Amino acid sequence: MTNTEIQNIVSSWNDKLEFSEEESEFLNVMVPPEDIHDICSQLKAHKDLKFDYLFCVTGMDWGKELGVIYHLESTTFRHNIVVKVKTEDRENPSWDSVSDIWYTAEYHEMEVYDFFGIKFNNHPNLKRLFLPPDWQGFSLRKDYVDEENMIIK
Amino acid sequence: MIKDIHNWLFSIMPEGVASITEMVLIATAYLILFAVAGLYLVYLERKVAAWFQLRLGPNRVGPFGLFQTMADALKLVSKELTSTDRIDKFLYNLAPYFVIIASLTALAVFPFSKQFQAFDINIGLFFLIAVSSMGVIGILLGGWSSNNKYALIGAMRSGVQTISYELSVGLSLLTMVLLTGSLQLSEIIEVQRTGGWLILQGHVPAVIAFMIFMIAGTAETNRAPFDLVEAESELGAGFHTEYSGMKFAYFFLAEFINMFIVASIAVVVFFGGWLSPFGITEGITWFPEVLWFLIKVLIIILLMMWFRWTFPRLRVDQLLTLEWKYLLPINLVNIVFMAIIIWLNWTI
Amino acid sequence: MESTVKGSLKTEEYFINMGPQHPATHGVLRLILTIDGEIIKNVEPDLGYIHRSIEKMCERDSYQQIVHLTDRMDYLSSHINNEAVCLVVEKALEIEVSDRVKVIRTIIGELTRIASHCLWWGVTGMDLGALTTYFYAFRDREMINDIFEETCGARLTMNYNIPGGLMFDIHPNFVKRTKEFIAHFKTKIPEYDRLLTGNVIFHKRTKGIGVLSKEDAISFGASGPVARGSGVSCDIRKIHSYSAYDRVDFNEALLTDGDCFARYNVRIQEMWESLSIIEQLIDNIPEGDIITPTKAVIKLPKGEYYQRVETARGELGVYVNSTGTKNPYRFKFRSPGLSNLSVINSLSKGSKIGDLVAIMSTIDIVVPDIDR
Repeated sequence: MTNTEIQNIVSSWNDKLEFSEEESEFLNVMVPPEDIHDICSQLKAHKDLKFDYLFCVTGMDWGKELGVIYHLESTTFRHNIVVKVKTEDRENPSWDSVSDIWYTAEYHEMEVYDFFGIKFNNHPNLKRLFLPPDWQGFSLRKDYVDEENMIIK
Repeated sequence: MIKDIHNWLFSIMPEGVASITEMVLIATAYLILFAVAGLYLVYLERKVAAWFQLRLGPNRVGPFGLFQTMADALKLVSKELTSTDRIDKFLYNLAPYFVIIASLTALAVFPFSKQFQAFDINIGLFFLIAVSSMGVIGILLGGWSSNNKYALIGAMRSGVQTISYELSVGLSLLTMVLLTGSLQLSEIIEVQRTGGWLILQGHVPAVIAFMIFMIAGTAETNRAPFDLVEAESELGAGFHTEYSGMKFAYFFLAEFINMFIVASIAVVVFFGGWLSPFGITEGITWFPEVLWFLIKVLIIILLMMWFRWTFPRLRVDQLLTLEWKYLLPINLVNIVFMAIIIWLNWTI
Repeated sequence: MESTVKGSLKTEEYFINMGPQHPATHGVLRLILTIDGEIIKNVEPDLGYIHRSIEKMCERDSYQQIVHLTDRMDYLSSHINNEAVCLVVEKALEIEVSDRVKVIRTIIGELTRIASHCLWWGVTGMDLGALTTYFYAFRDREMINDIFEETCGARLTMNYNIPGGLMFDIHPNFVKRTKEFIAHFKTKIPEYDRLLTGNVIFHKRTKGIGVLSKEDAISFGASGPVARGSGVSCDIRKIHSYSAYDRVDFNEALLTDGDCFARYNVRIQEMWESLSIIEQLIDNIPEGDIITPTKAVIKLPKGEYYQRVETARGELGVYVNSTGTKNPYRFKFRSPGLSNLSVINSLSKGSKIGDLVAIMSTIDIVVPDIDR
């Protein structure tokens, strides 16, 4: 399906979504954090969309906001969509986990929590994945400071 | 020469003391001989493994690396004997001795040649199987007393494996005893001298018995493809995890001597012991018959080594399934088959 | 009788550690197993032993420097990792490399794939107890390493790609030695088959073990031979073609059983396909420029870019978010190993420890790829 058709179907579910195609090769949709689980389960279940392959979960720090970017693909129709979520709350960002929709999200969300501090509600096992469990701070945030380990040029 | 020593001893001491001294001398001679032989079996294994794997093997220590295992033995002897403090000290120290004593005792009854046999008892084969199964006790004790859950798992697996496969060993040898009518090892060779090697005399059931014996014998000695006990290394080194130095050397050496024992039993029972094929050197008196024995044993040992370096490993439940569901029934049927063949006089 | 015996026999679960040092090591991976007797109840991987924060380093490096970081991730497909970064930079700058570069990249990529699968085969045999396979595999891999050393200068971490082309032209012996290798290796894969694939003990250790269904494979994000063994058609070289893959003719190795034996066979089949791709390209390497010049300081235009390649392990994704400066704002590697590893818990529940070894070796992970 083409991007406009996908956009038409998805925008009918929720009117707070923002679509964009500039500066990217895929169709991007910005979803408010409280609706993410809803939209994602519909993206997977809808018979003309069937986005069943979550192939990339990227944590992002946009300077002011923290967020996550989900790249989705459908193995039957071979179309793609990029779902973005962001929040300005840097102290305690959290929204629902999508690991019950796509099992692969379990480990990827642990990685995002490890590096950005974003908590996912209803995650089966949310803890640090790569860094030691007693590490302080979230290392991929732009305001992360570590005198011992980081070399700033 | 042996008769001269025998007479000399009996002339200078009272009879009881003389027999005991004679036994001690023979035991010491065997001990030294087989300790060295065990070392050279390890060297042979390393060279054969290297040949299969397209590399060279030990070739630095001594000409062609012949002194490599001597050097390794020296290193093991000089190692510190470590142990943890929560082990059961008595059993921990006792366990390796069970294993090595069982192996060395079994060597006493083998007929290496006509004159070269330490004990020629009338229950020879039975004694052999009974004594070599004592080694299981050592393995279980070693695993239990190490106070280490990985060693215990390894010991339990090994114990189960050894006990199961002893059945097959015993039954396959029983099949051949039907042909000879005697358990005495020199008798068995005598029958083969006149009638031809037992594996040819018994044709079909004897060949089946030989194959079962080889499989079960390889499993008895914990070698690949049944080596999950020692090579399942993600759980530690099995039952000898906590052993180091000389005690570890006992376990290690016992494994190689066990391999020699299994091969020797196969040669004596199936392939005619020290007899030459087709009697070609019967008349030549200076030809050492022990040489034929060693050549045949060497071929079987090479076969066992070939198995080890080629096949992957069986899982523990597959191992037990193989024994209880396949080998044991085949064995029992084979015995009946052999009995029918003898009854109907269809042996060669 | 059976119910009373079962009821009175109380068993407890206990924890066992596998790793971080393994004998047949796939990298520094620690697995925490919860076992009841011999049956596995839960497998939890503990990662991060080789985490070097490559993604953070990318935010302060220039794009040419980033290429050098990537081949330490999945070091067995290092050329393909480099290729991914170079492709995403070339896509963003909208420069077209010459055909010669594309064909050479493809040939070296396929040689890398064969080398990786060779090592995988040797290690699989060794894991399951057939210790000789390791030596046979490394003997053949030496020939590939020698070809790389002559052309690219290094045996494992090649760094032959730069954004815009290749560092230098191929060595004059390259074509001849590659052809010799193809002829030699075509006699070797049947030898591998005789040694391991046809062995009855190997069948008993791998058939029916670790069955991954097609829906689970997609949901877990599995890619590469792990997914193809379960019937998921996901070869990036066919679906989103790059370099010279659109001009060669090859089959995608697909099997539907989903067990360890199927994954094993998929990789053996992939080795044959790689040989066929190299054969089609090696004789007609087109003439052309080795480098399409870029500026010395590369600045990607503002935007987000994504490139997917097929490494020996599966689908590697490179996501770049650039704000127009000389360093990327965010650089993310979607590692195939992390998604492939996530299937291990569901595959090994209820099986025995010996099966876990077989499952781990057919999933074929390289831990630096997961940890980055």
